[in-house]
Amino acid sequence: MSFPWAQEYKPVNPLMRYLDERLPLPRFVYNAVGAGYPVPRNLNYMWNFGVLAGFALVMQIVTGIVLAMHYAANAGVAFDSVEHIMRDVNWGWMLRYGHANGASMFFIVIYIHIFRGFFYSSYKAPREMIWLLGVVIFLLVMATAFMGYVLPWGQMSFWGAKVITGLFSAIPFVGEPLQQWLLGGFAPDNAALNRFFSLHFLLPFVTLGVIILHVWALHIPGSSNPTGIEVKTESDTVPFHPYYTAKDGFGLGVFLIVYASLVFFAPNLLGHPDNYIPANPMSTPAHIVPEWYFWPFYAILRAFTYDFFIIPAKLMGVLAMFSAILVWFFLPWLDNGPVRSGHYRPLFRKFFYLLVIDVLVLGYCGGAPAAEPFVMISQIASMYYFLHFLVILPIVASIEKPQPLPFSITESVLGKDKSAVLRPEMSSTPATA
Amino acid sequence: MANEASIDPAQLSGDGVRRRDFINIAAVSVGGVGVLAALYPLVAQMAPSADVLAESSTEIDISQIAEGQAIKAIWRKQPVFVRNLTAAEIADADKVNVATLRDPETLEQRTTAGKKNWLITMGVCTHLGCVPLGASDGEVKGEYGGYFCPCHGSVYDTAARIRKGPAPKNLEVPAHEFTSDTIVKIG
Repeated sequence: MSFPWAQEYKPVNPLMRYLDERLPLPRFVYNAVGAGYPVPRNLNYMWNFGVLAGFALVMQIVTGIVLAMHYAANAGVAFDSVEHIMRDVNWGWMLRYGHANGASMFFIVIYIHIFRGFFYSSYKAPREMIWLLGVVIFLLVMATAFMGYVLPWGQMSFWGAKVITGLFSAIPFVGEPLQQWLLGGFAPDNAALNRFFSLHFLLPFVTLGVIILHVWALHIPGSSNPTGIEVKTESDTVPFHPYYTAKDGFGLGVFLIVYASLVFFAPNLLGHPDNYIPANPMSTPAHIVPEWYFWPFYAILRAFTYDFFIIPAKLMGVLAMFSAILVWFFLPWLDNGPVRSGHYRPLFRKFFYLLVIDVLVLGYCGGAPAAEPFVMISQIASMYYFLHFLVILPIVASIEKPQPLPFSITESVLGKDKSAVLRPEMSSTPATA
Repeated sequence: MANEASIDPAQLSGDGVRRRDFINIAAVSVGGVGVLAALYPLVAQMAPSADVLAESSTEIDISQIAEGQAIKAIWRKQPVFVRNLTAAEIADADKVNVATLRDPETLEQRTTAGKKNWLITMGVCTHLGCVPLGASDGEVKGEYGGYFCPCHGSVYDTAARIRKGPAPKNLEVPAHEFTSDTIVKIG
């Protein structure tokens, strides 16, 4: 599960030795995030975000469990119970703002983590399984976030539930009954609110389970690194502790500063004022948008305004929105060039930055009203999004001539690697295909 | 390790305390303070909320309570017995030798001066918190004519003092004051 030079866990304290022989949990932690896990020595701050995502999840679980002690999942009192949390419960305002903004922070961190994966092609062999599990985690977190947004039972909660479950009504033949089954009625009401609360409580723990698999799969080949070349010798690595516990600790401090700024100085910046109006099934808000982290996908959903042969526009939009994420499952095989890191792939790099811009444009359009010119921009940007993954990446992978790779991680850091001289049979010429 | 060569030998000399040791201790200390600060709200949120505390006093209209009658009022989600004692009940309570009681108190000590007939106590047995019988019409009042707790058999007299059974204390008298002749404010 690790490199042969990984430091071995040697408990000194007799109690720890006793424990190690019976339940080697400290050994497990030592080998997972302690000195027993050798990590490439050249990781940059982009490699902070996995730990930050894990921290954000734990924070959401802690604040969420506490909020559930005060929240009432009943359509008659849900809105009032949230106001009760805000006004009456000791520190309730902080816990709720912490939870709501914690979701935003979670998505900021996850998006950076995913785009790190795009740039450094972290999904390539032998790390495909880590990537696939990561996409599963992303889907779970999106589902959890959506259901959590319904719980305050404000106007945006109600109409968000209606619109998102309405997506399923686009499915031919079974759509309408499926939507009614999901909601337990014809419109969101008590039945829907109760099941959303139940699932909102359950899914984070399912996510935690998949994260354990994600990290387990990561520890087999070990972390990737900014050069994209594999670890060869001990000089290419440093122990996770103290090197990356310290580096991640610094990143965590920056994360907490941003998070605290949101919670304490702009708690409603990323929210929508309409959600402070109690749910009203008789009146839809004038401008209904999901939370910001769904905007790129919402833009893709709305981009389809014409029927496509026999497929109605509504179904096309739904299929496209889900495909926008499902396409990530095929990424390891769509981009199959031998070089991983975007640093050595000049052509790929240009298209990577274009994708970033494209997703930002989609995000902006998703939050804008459904009117021109945003619809047309969404259409172009959606087309480019799929073009990037399905056409551009495979072509780039086959025609691109990567720049020369360093001999080793050590050489990329120090400018020279003594072991290269000792082992001349290992060519320092990079792969050029 | 690979970067042993990069450690400055000068840093290791002197009193053996390196700049890094200071940074380490300082960072972990500040982190610890932060964790404690974050823990406080997580613990404090379980204390009674503002709306619960707002129910901490209640006013009772006693104008309709006839002599010998009692009512159950609610204060802090718990029953309060308001009893208009008869002259006979007051006499019963006064003739007891206080020194022989488990929880020695006179009726005077348990009522407001000049309003000795108004016995106001919690309807919560001091044993394990059941509601004793005897406040409503037709309920068993126990052998001392006060209250009787059906859970474990505690018997209270007409001044709601414990006389028999497992309860350790007299029924608690909540803080109260008469804001007028007909209104009593509890809490």
